[in-house]
Amino acid sequence: MKLLVCISQTPDTTSKVSFNADGSEFNAAGVQFIMNPYDEWYALVRACELRETLGGTVVALNVGPAANETTIRKALAIGADEAVRIDSDPKSAGFVAKQIAEYAKNEAFDIIFFGKETIDHNGSEVGAMVAEYLDLPYVSYASKLDLNGSVATLERDIEGGVETLEVDLPFVVSAAKGMAEQRIPNMRGIMTARTKPLKEVPAVAYEDQAKAVQFTLPPAKAGVKLVQPDQMDELVRLLHEEAKVI
Amino acid sequence: MVLVFAESPRGQFKKSAFEAVTYGRKVADAMGTSCAALVLGNAANAGQLGQYGAVKVFQVTDTAFDAFDSQTYASAIAEVAGKNGAKVLVLSHSSTGKSLAGRLAVRLNAGLVSGVNSLPSAQGNSLKVKKSVFSGKAIAEFEISSDVKVISLMGNAVKPESLGAAVSAETITVGAAKGRIRVKSVKTQEGTVPLPEAEIVVSAGRGMKGPENWGMVEELATSLGATTACSRPVADAHWRPHHEHVGQTGIAIRPNLYIAIGISGAIQHLAGVNNSKVIVVINKDPEAPFFKAADYGVVGDLFEVVPQLNAAIKKFKAG
Repeated sequence: MKLLVCISQTPDTTSKVSFNADGSEFNAAGVQFIMNPYDEWYALVRACELRETLGGTVVALNVGPAANETTIRKALAIGADEAVRIDSDPKSAGFVAKQIAEYAKNEAFDIIFFGKETIDHNGSEVGAMVAEYLDLPYVSYASKLDLNGSVATLERDIEGGVETLEVDLPFVVSAAKGMAEQRIPNMRGIMTARTKPLKEVPAVAYEDQAKAVQFTLPPAKAGVKLVQPDQMDELVRLLHEEAKVI
Repeated sequence: MVLVFAESPRGQFKKSAFEAVTYGRKVADAMGTSCAALVLGNAANAGQLGQYGAVKVFQVTDTAFDAFDSQTYASAIAEVAGKNGAKVLVLSHSSTGKSLAGRLAVRLNAGLVSGVNSLPSAQGNSLKVKKSVFSGKAIAEFEISSDVKVISLMGNAVKPESLGAAVSAETITVGAAKGRIRVKSVKTQEGTVPLPEAEIVVSAGRGMKGPENWGMVEELATSLGATTACSRPVADAHWRPHHEHVGQTGIAIRPNLYIAIGISGAIQHLAGVNNSKVIVVINKDPEAPFFKAADYGVVGDLFEVVPQLNAAIKKFKAG
């Protein structure tokens, strides 16, 4: 079993979001960066669980600069066997997908894992792009993944429900809540992570076709308008006449 | 041409398909070109998409599309887009659209922006379009510079509008593509609007004290024609089903009205709901962080406030 888990680095959920003066770039000053939660909690942990029962190798892959190595070491501490960093400063989902596909195309992975989306750009784009480059089936927003020989059974979240499906290895999957439970790396994991292989690979050329050019903060809320608990007719009036939502 | 892929899961169009066609028509008008819609599968009355602005509706009535597989769907959509020289492809940012958008971008050598929430502006050959990023904490404008462009539209971002008249759908065929996904079953909640599409959502949290108290939440939702939702601790404690969980790890929604009952408003919860147009918070704790993100607030005991709100809504609806 050869499993690839693509991990992204994102600002922590609780970070205050700000941009440089002309709004062209995220202001990273004072921001805590973490492994994208869906990549870590669901994709990486499920890959490690499968490796633990079936044997094989879990490779964690990040497309990013050397500063991301703290995040990559955390993936190794949680249980990945080895890691690859494709050295670059990615500016678009298209760039990231191209790098992953170029690396994976000759590696014969059985399953390529992604989180359902990143918590910064919320795009959910890269997994489908990689699946297309590699001509592999793609299952998005999977909340359950079981393997029986070379056949996988998955459940995926759809609008207001669940779809159950089967697919043969190899395939690409994006992981949502339910696929696994978050793991806290233990001391042994943290110690062994320091000596696990982390390979640096150069990026291939790619011209961005769509990228963020301008960031703004949403308009500030006017502030909450409080209604007394015994004045629910007034709340209904406000929702109807002022907010116009009922 | 602007080509809109209008989803018809299990043979039924949903509101998101009408939103996508309306959006596609407006993009086409801005670019001085026409708007066509593509339907995969046997949905009845595909021609109704004309009412939302499609001047042409293509339909591939092949049972191969009864179950969803991103490879067969992307192959068909790309073929129709290519044959008709589509410059912009519009999808819904749904579970289906998210599986297709990246594939189509690669296949068509197109720039992709997913989850957009407003109309693009054209500048020469490039389009600029906005979307919500950082879980609603910021807005990003993206520039798409490729010849062919792929856009997926966030649900509830535009209203379906009457921009034309029904047409008769043109049945077409596409080359066979081999599907490798075998769909075994699809389970959906009957009779309720799925959360991502709901215009009004009534959501409740730990303040409810236990699942036995949810009756009043459901009654309020029924009075409003709303869909019910819940916070993470409530889903984790199995007080409510997993698919009701809204927030960062659950579902992100953007209804017109979000009523939060007994939910403190942790940042992870806000990440899933702060794109709602209007937020009402009912909580007995005046220091609950959710009040900072709310438009209207009621500080009080939810066990008294919710039945009174329900009575007021019923009175209002009765006119």
